[in-house]
Amino acid sequence: MNVKLAAILALMPFAATAQGFSGLGTEADEAFAVPAPNPSFSFPADHGAHPDYRIEWWYLTANLSGPDGTPYGLQWTLFRTALAPGEAEGWASPQIWFAHAAVTTAEAHFATERFARGGIGQAGVEVAPFRVWIDEWALEGPDFDTLTLRAGGPEFAYDMALSAQGPLVFHGDKGFSVKSSEGQASYYYSQPFYEIEGTLTLPSGDIPVTGAAWLDREWSSQPLSERQSGWDWFSLSFESGAKMMGFQLRQTDEADFSAATWIAPDGTTTALPDGALVATPLKVSEVGGRAVPTTWHVRLPERGLDVTVKALNPNAWMDLSIPYWEGPVTIEGSHKGRGYLEMTGYE
Amino acid sequence: MLLELRSVEKSYTDSDGRVPVLRGVSFDLMAGQTLALTGESGSGKSTVLHIAAGLEFPDAGSVRVLGQDLAQMGEGARAVVRRSDIALVFQQFNLIPSLSVAANISFQAALSGRVDPGYIDDLVDALGLGDQLRKYPESLSGGQQQRVAIARALAAKPKLMLADEPTGNLDEGTAARVLDEMLKLVAQTDAGLMLVTHSPSVAARMDRELHLSGGLLT
Amino acid sequence: MIRICLRALLSHWMRNPVQLFAYLAGLALATALWSGVEAINAEARASYDAAATTLGEGQYDQVIPRQGSSIAQETYLALRAAGWLVSPVIDVERGDVRLVGIDPLTSPTGLGAVAALDEAMSFGQSGRLFANAETAGRLRELDGLTAEITVDAGIAPGVAIGDVGAVQALLGRTDLTRLIVLPEQPLVQMPLAQVAPALTVQPSQQVADVAQLTDSFHLNLRAFGLLSFAVGLFIVHSTIGLAFEQRRGMIRTLRSLGVPLRMLIVLITTEMLVLAAFGAVLGIVLGYLIAALLIPDVAATLEGLYGAQISGTLELRSEWWLSGFLLAILGAAAALAGRIWQIARMPLLASVRPRAWVMAGAGRFRAQTWVALGLLSAAGVLVVLGDGLIAGFSLLGCLLIGAALVLPALAAGALSIMERRVQAPVAAWFWADTRQQLPGLSLALMALLLAVSANIGVSTMVSSFRLTFTGFLDQRLAPELFVRVESAAQSAALNRYLDAQRIEALPLLSRPAQIEGQPARLYGVRVGPTYRENWAFLDESPAVWDRVAAGEAVVVNEQLARRDDLWVGDSVQITPDLRLPIGAVVGDYGNPQGQVIVSDAVFSALHPEVYAGQFGIRTGDASALRREIEEALGIPQSAFINQAAIKAMSLEVFERTFTVTAALNVLTLGVAGFAILMSLLTLADLRVPQLAPVWALGLTRRRLGQLELARAMALTVVVFACAIPVGLALAWVLLSIVNVEAFGWQLPMFFFPRDYFWLGLYALIAAGLAAAWPAWRLMRTPPSKLLKVFANER
Repeated sequence: MNVKLAAILALMPFAATAQGFSGLGTEADEAFAVPAPNPSFSFPADHGAHPDYRIEWWYLTANLSGPDGTPYGLQWTLFRTALAPGEAEGWASPQIWFAHAAVTTAEAHFATERFARGGIGQAGVEVAPFRVWIDEWALEGPDFDTLTLRAGGPEFAYDMALSAQGPLVFHGDKGFSVKSSEGQASYYYSQPFYEIEGTLTLPSGDIPVTGAAWLDREWSSQPLSERQSGWDWFSLSFESGAKMMGFQLRQTDEADFSAATWIAPDGTTTALPDGALVATPLKVSEVGGRAVPTTWHVRLPERGLDVTVKALNPNAWMDLSIPYWEGPVTIEGSHKGRGYLEMTGYE
Repeated sequence: MLLELRSVEKSYTDSDGRVPVLRGVSFDLMAGQTLALTGESGSGKSTVLHIAAGLEFPDAGSVRVLGQDLAQMGEGARAVVRRSDIALVFQQFNLIPSLSVAANISFQAALSGRVDPGYIDDLVDALGLGDQLRKYPESLSGGQQQRVAIARALAAKPKLMLADEPTGNLDEGTAARVLDEMLKLVAQTDAGLMLVTHSPSVAARMDRELHLSGGLLT
Repeated sequence: MIRICLRALLSHWMRNPVQLFAYLAGLALATALWSGVEAINAEARASYDAAATTLGEGQYDQVIPRQGSSIAQETYLALRAAGWLVSPVIDVERGDVRLVGIDPLTSPTGLGAVAALDEAMSFGQSGRLFANAETAGRLRELDGLTAEITVDAGIAPGVAIGDVGAVQALLGRTDLTRLIVLPEQPLVQMPLAQVAPALTVQPSQQVADVAQLTDSFHLNLRAFGLLSFAVGLFIVHSTIGLAFEQRRGMIRTLRSLGVPLRMLIVLITTEMLVLAAFGAVLGIVLGYLIAALLIPDVAATLEGLYGAQISGTLELRSEWWLSGFLLAILGAAAALAGRIWQIARMPLLASVRPRAWVMAGAGRFRAQTWVALGLLSAAGVLVVLGDGLIAGFSLLGCLLIGAALVLPALAAGALSIMERRVQAPVAAWFWADTRQQLPGLSLALMALLLAVSANIGVSTMVSSFRLTFTGFLDQRLAPELFVRVESAAQSAALNRYLDAQRIEALPLLSRPAQIEGQPARLYGVRVGPTYRENWAFLDESPAVWDRVAAGEAVVVNEQLARRDDLWVGDSVQITPDLRLPIGAVVGDYGNPQGQVIVSDAVFSALHPEVYAGQFGIRTGDASALRREIEEALGIPQSAFINQAAIKAMSLEVFERTFTVTAALNVLTLGVAGFAILMSLLTLADLRVPQLAPVWALGLTRRRLGQLELARAMALTVVVFACAIPVGLALAWVLLSIVNVEAFGWQLPMFFFPRDYFWLGLYALIAAGLAAAWPAWRLMRTPPSKLLKVFANER
């Protein structure tokens, strides 16, 4: 893809470059809908697209193990971004879709991307039966709990089956997730309870894998403040069966803004306020020409959590049109387990 | 003291090796004085004049103009002395061919920043150049050209005027008239004049005459 | 003080406007020729680049329909859903403009068209089209086209780009024309035949064909531009020298009046460079005009010759105007540096008698000749030992500068021979006097030498290029009709059909091969009269075609021969089991790849699975036969190529190349004539004292004027005699060394004595015209001025 287009997409909240945020924070486009507190979701419709919002994603990460216990990470994300709110027929649609697929091993990291214009059917979402797709990549099934996932690039491919073992989980205040002290927010829910199994096709050959997957759904129009330069996002699954989603938004001025959701094994959630989660870098790696923290000290004192989160492969740099770091992590300390880490805005 | 040469020695190198030209020349020139420097061709008359003007340097000895040792000065300072305190008149090719007579006359005065239009008018009248001001040097006769050169030299109100055979290219009658005018004007300004000539009659018009022979004053 | 000095310095130009004109005009002409040629080159290159990158044609494989020119959008989506990373293109002719719609989101990186669409930031939502200024103008005249058009110089000529949706909407269509295949494809992908059996992949074109020849053409043009510039620099050098010599007295006077040397140097340098900049700008404007005049021809030449489209309009591109400007300033600065150095060293009281400014001492004359001999020897060494393009161009430089510098010595020799041979007093005086003028005229003569040699060299090169290329066209385009077939069955059917009709058919079998470890192409040909009659070889052994037909020898192309150093008498390994001797080497222009040609029998024995995909057909009536074959065998129109028409057009277009070359020739000669004029005018005043005694002794002014004219002619003849070998050497270097280094093939050199004769005549005319005015002035010199010489104190 060309540079200019990358720049457009970089303006999107997800692509957490400092410039991107500042551009977005000040330029509140009145035409787009803005998330409001106390949302009431309606399913399956809300699994589908919300074209009146600027940005939206279906974001799947999975921690996998091969037959010999070798750990793998898998990512599949479909992004929707709108040049203008609403939908139109054919090429005139203002909706743009793009998707990232990646597989991470301890030694290697494969990532690839796709682009599509909305309106012509090259990519999109249908809710019943559920199907999100771009080109030959698809996450689909009879409903949101029972899905198959297929994607691949020049060097890898995967073919997975997922089945949900627990309920949907809503972050923040019933799915209204605040992203800054100034009130920027998004709608945000997850299905963190998927069991996943399937086949990874890597240059070394096919590998049968099993593991756990976590699907995030989020949409908004301006989730970040202009003073925020990037984010660090954790999805951690502990051996106890509990899970935690936490993020901190790095700010250029005052203290960082953080938020977390503690998810009990039965899916009961506790939203934790700004400051409850404390994540500090322990080790910085040189990745893709940037200094990126790949080992973190993560604490959530309210839950007695005090762990070291370490990247399976520090080199999990997504060298795509919008570059960022995303990869599987291992958890050591007060709790043990596996998870995923995403970091944006590291220049 | 206007000009002071002390034991000046100078030699040139040619195909026969070093040829001494001046072998210890000393003399003084006071303000208001006129001095003729005579000698055979090649006796070094012009060399003395060039050294006095700071255009050449002695191998030994010293030259002082207005008490300043020229040899001790930088090129820039010497140029300042030359345009402010000294005026030169050569035998020919004194003028800038592409400038009008008027521009030539006021040129040095303008360079040293001392243009006195009234004085220049007086000079022009005195030298009879009134009708020539708009012409270019190439259309003047030799006598007229030298008058312009003298006017230019005097217009800058120099303290020391150095002339090298200023009438050498002119016929006798013209030469006499040009010399008359020059001497009259020099007398009016209280400048010192050193004039190089091989003509005894010209030399006789000066206050003093120094004769160079074999690199020495006799 | 600065102001006063500057006024004095500038007053020189006011009093000598001709010198100012010479300085400005010399620089302007030099810059004009250089920047004009560069402008043409830059324009052509930019046009190819735009064409290549705008549409990605040739760069990427494409998916196209087997029949027709429409792909349903559903088929595109089906391909994407099957894992085919393809990008949609709709490409429709509207009037004489190609409307091309693309999808910037899926198109490959670096596609020029995408950059333009990105400017709009809102593709899909605007019906905006992008085109260069010329195309935009044409589009606006099209009926019913309401789209907003943004002018973008980067778009190929004759093409308008828009978003695929916008172009579809504009045309009222919903389909696509072709799909660009991205270079990286996913691991898992359904076969094309399964998803879209009506489509086929067309591999990226070998764009090298065009690039090679056009590059050669441009390299030659650029060499010409450089030569022209050298001629101009000589003029600049001489005018700068003149201006300094004439102002020598003023500089002395200024210094004796107390203007510091440093200030003088700074003032003069600034003055000359400011003037040079002015001249350079003038030259750029002139160059632009030259280029604008010539570019339609060049555009036509390149388009017709190589199928490379270039825009007929000219853009102000920094690469040519800046390079012209810098070259002019640097050239002036170089000429200036020597003069400034002289001033700095000049004793303040040095004789100011205005000597002729180049009346160099005998020492300098000798030194110049030695330098010249050194340069010529260096050229000789480079011929033997040089390697690479840099060496090729260094060789050119050494040769030309050496030849120019040695010219005065040669001319002096020639003139003293003449002097010794004549008895009559006037003739003796004439030759002696001419020899005495030589130093004053030598720079102008060197400029003339360079101009004439450049013209000889370039004419030789272009004419050789033409002969070679027409020969090549005759050879390769001998069959009037050319057909591509799609399948083995079609191939066999066509072969049978032509056989039955007793039409001479030349089936061409080919497949990629590794020859001597290098990728090459193996061809199988049916040896027949066409090959025997039309193929000219660079190197051959007896009865080549008989031996090829018998499977006893192969023909290789020059590229292969040069690359692997395999010539007639060597043999080449065709397959692990087959090694055949080389029977001949054939010149191949416009193809970078090695080729080995065997008989069809040998080829089929080696590769029985390969069928003849192409047929050359000999016929008197190409269009009739084409219709017949189409009807009989159902081979579509698009599979035929009318080679006779192509050949005719190529030849016609080459004539246009000549127009361009001829125009440049005239300009260069004009510049050289100008140099002579300026030198003569300069010397005219200095001549008066030299001529006055001769006049006094009884030669009329009229006679003197005639002799002045004759002198210019005589010198021109000497220069021309020297220019012929230099020009031929120049052509030889360009054809046999530079071209080989740049492209891997050598252009055979031909001689064109008649052209040289005309060039000599033109040079004489130029010199005669240049000398006419000074001679006329001399005839009109008032006796009083001549008499003044005796009266004058000088």
